Amino acid sequence: MNTVLDLISWICLLAGGTVIIIGAVGINRFPDFFTRLHAASVIDTLGCMLIILGLIFQAGLSIVSIKLVLIVFFILFTTPTAAHALAKAAIHGKIKPVLSNSGEQTSKSS
Amino acid sequence: MFIAAMTAVLVAMSLALCRVILGPTIYDRILAINVFGTITVLFIAVFGFLTGRPEFLDIAIVYALISFIVTIAILKFFEYGDMGRGGADRDEMDI
Repeated sequence: MNTVLDLISWICLLAGGTVIIIGAVGINRFPDFFTRLHAASVIDTLGCMLIILGLIFQAGLSIVSIKLVLIVFFILFTTPTAAHALAKAAIHGKIKPVLSNSGEQTSKSS
Repeated sequence: MFIAAMTAVLVAMSLALCRVILGPTIYDRILAINVFGTITVLFIAVFGFLTGRPEFLDIAIVYALISFIVTIAILKFFEYGDMGRGGADRDEMDI
């Protein structure tokens, strides 16, 4: 039983680390502010939840896992608020999303 | 296995710092700092488990709250140019 819990925890930690690195590469590679916001949201939700789920499987039922669940609740409530405020401030700050040339041509021809 | 998660977290932190330095607009930098704060919470949690002292989770909880407040405060400053704005003309400006 302990081995099974360790295995699940390791899978969660490795998947969370992979998702976090994918999101960080996306922040550097995407061409636009709003697409970078999408990549940052991937880190804030899926990567954070997977790593803390792996730590919960390591901790077992104790006060430590309650604190970990509390961290997940804080992050799940605060990061969408921060992302919404960022997008709203960028719209107010006259940041235009980058559209592709092919999309503009099809919209003109149609 | 905690070492692998710690390595992933450190690589992601350095990539987020690259965007903080390179970012063309101020909003890119604030976005990268927000992501950096979230990854720092994970770093503190994983570091507590790595060294066998899960008491570090209290610091992680406090850091999560302060990181959110810092993001909102910096955004408010750069959106309105002022931290203390009166309640008269904030009809559609609420966060």
